[in-house]
Amino acid sequence: MSQRFLLSRFIDLLVVLFGVSIIVFLMIRLIPGDAVAIMLGANTEITPDRIAELKSRIGLDQPILIQYGRWIWGAVQGDLGTSIWTGRPVMQEIGANIWPTIELTLLSVLVGAGLSIPLGAFMAEARGKGAEVFVRIGAIAGLTIPSFWLGIVSIFMVAKFLPGVQALGYVPFSEDPLGNLQRMILPVIALSLPMLANLSRLVRSAMLDALSQDYIRTAKAKGANRRRIIYKHALRNALIPFITSVGVSAGYLLGGAIVIEQVFAIPGLGRLVLGAIAERNYPLVQATILVMTTAFVLVNFLVDMLYAVIDPRVSR
Amino acid sequence: MIGFARQNRLFSFAVVFVALQVLLAVFAPALGLQDPYAQIMVQRLKGPSPVNWLGTDQLGRDILSRIIYGYRTSLLTCVTAVILSLLAGGTLGMLAAYYRGWFDRIVMRLMDVLFAFPILLLAIAVIAVLGPSIWGAAIAIAIVYTPIFSRLLRGPALVICESEYVTGAKAIGAGDMRIIFLHLLPNLASVVLVQTSLLLSAAILVEASLSFLGLGAQPPTPSLGLMLSEGRNFLLLAPWPAIFAGFAILFLSFGFNLLGDALRDTLDPRLRKES
Repeated sequence: MSQRFLLSRFIDLLVVLFGVSIIVFLMIRLIPGDAVAIMLGANTEITPDRIAELKSRIGLDQPILIQYGRWIWGAVQGDLGTSIWTGRPVMQEIGANIWPTIELTLLSVLVGAGLSIPLGAFMAEARGKGAEVFVRIGAIAGLTIPSFWLGIVSIFMVAKFLPGVQALGYVPFSEDPLGNLQRMILPVIALSLPMLANLSRLVRSAMLDALSQDYIRTAKAKGANRRRIIYKHALRNALIPFITSVGVSAGYLLGGAIVIEQVFAIPGLGRLVLGAIAERNYPLVQATILVMTTAFVLVNFLVDMLYAVIDPRVSR
Repeated sequence: MIGFARQNRLFSFAVVFVALQVLLAVFAPALGLQDPYAQIMVQRLKGPSPVNWLGTDQLGRDILSRIIYGYRTSLLTCVTAVILSLLAGGTLGMLAAYYRGWFDRIVMRLMDVLFAFPILLLAIAVIAVLGPSIWGAAIAIAIVYTPIFSRLLRGPALVICESEYVTGAKAIGAGDMRIIFLHLLPNLASVVLVQTSLLLSAAILVEASLSFLGLGAQPPTPSLGLMLSEGRNFLLLAPWPAIFAGFAILFLSFGFNLLGDALRDTLDPRLRKES
C-alpha cells in the first residue's frame, strides 16, 4: 500500500467526519422555533429563567463558531455534553447502551455474510435451470421483507408454540452467556435476512462473472475438480465487491438495529436515541447519531484499507 | 405487445402486480370500502368475517379498508420523497458531471457527507428536527436519497458528456441547456426509471419503519407501519392486524423491486442476452 494512497484516504476520512460533525452540530440549531423552549416543554414548565439557564448550560448563548469549536473540542476528547434530564454525561449513557447494539450488529454481519457465500454459490449453480426464477424471486423477497415484521411474527410464533422460551429483552453475555445468545437468535435472523439476500445475490453474479473468465477455463482444463474451482478460484475473485458490500451493509444494519431493538426490547443505542427524541433530549440525540455515524464511517475506511491490501491494483 | 409480454413474463407480472396495488390505492374512495376511521367498539379485534374480510383492529376499524388507505399514505409519502430526491439529487449529479471542476468537487463532497450517515439514522435525525409527521418522513427520505441519486446519475452522465455526439453538439455551438435537455436527459431515462423503481421499493420499507417507530404517520392516519406497531400490542389476542399489514408492506415493496429488476433486464439488452 503506497503512502500516498493512505494519506489521501485519510484526508478524505477527515473531510467526511468534519462534514458529519457540522450536520450533527447544526441539528439543534435547525429546529424550527425556539429549540430550548421545545426541549423544556417536554417535561417541565417553561419560564424565561429556565430557558436562560438551559441555554447557557448547553452553550447556545455563545456565537455559533465558538459553540462549534467548544463542541468539537469536547467531542474529540470524548465529552459530548450532558443529558438534559439526568445531568449525566451523554457518553456515559451511550457507554451503558452500546454493547447490545454492537453485539446485535456483529452477529448479524457474521450470519448474513457467512451464509451468503454458500447460498450465493448455490444460486449461481441454479442458473439456466427452472429453479432460477424462484431463486430470483426469493432473493427479492428476502430483500423487501420488512425485518421488523419478521421480528414481530417470530415473537408471535415463539410465544404461541414455544411458551416458556424467553425471546425478548437482553442479558449481558458476561452474566448469562446462554441466555444472551438465546435472546439474540430471533433479532439476528430478522436483522441479517435482507443483508443475506443482498450479499448472496452479489456472490451469485460475481461467481457467474468469474466462472466465465479464462483462468477458470484453464483450471478446468488442468482437471481441477468443481468444488475446488468454485471455492478456490471463483470465490476468491468475488471477494472485493463482497467486502465492499459488507462495509456498506454495516450502515444498513446499524439503522435496522434501531428498529429491531425496539421490536425485541433490547436496551441498545436505538432505544436510547428514540427515547431521547421522545424526551427532546437533543444533546443525547446528537451524541448518539454522531457516535453511530462515526463508527460507520470508520468501518468503511477500514474496509477501503482492507481492499487495498487484498488487491494491490487499487492503491496504485 | 403480446409477444413482448410472453417473452418477458417476469416483467409483465411485475407491471400487473404493481399496477394492481397502485390502482387500489388511487381509487380507494371509489371502491365502496368501509370508512377506515369508523370505530365500532363492539367489533374490536374480530377475526376475518364476511363483513370485515381481514378482521378489525383494536378500535373496531376495518383492516382491509385501513390497509388500502394505508397504501395511499405510503405511496403518497414515498412517491413525493423519491420525486423530490430525484429532482434534487439528479439535477446536482447531472450538473456536476456536465460542468466538472470545482462545482463537481464541492457537490460530490457534500453528497459524500450525507452518504456517510446510515440511511435510517439520517432519516431519524431529520425527523428529530422537523418533528414526526408524514411530511417529515417524506422530507427525511428525500434528503437521504438525494446523494444516492446524484451518485447514480453522475457516472452515466459523465460517460455521455464525453461521447462524440455531445462533443459534436458543442462543436456546432449548442448551448448548455440544449445539450442537457436534448442529449443528456433522454439518455439517462433508462437509468432513472430502473433506479426510481428500486429506490421506491426501499423507500416503502423506510417509511414503514419510521411510522412503526412513531416518527412518520400519526394516529389515526391509516398507515401500514403504524398498524404493525399498534397490532403488536395485541399479538397473542389478535395477530391478524399485524400479520396482514406486514404482508401489505412486503407486497408493495416487493412489487417495485421486482419491477425495477425486470426493467433493468428489459432496458439493458446486454444483460438480457446473458440471462
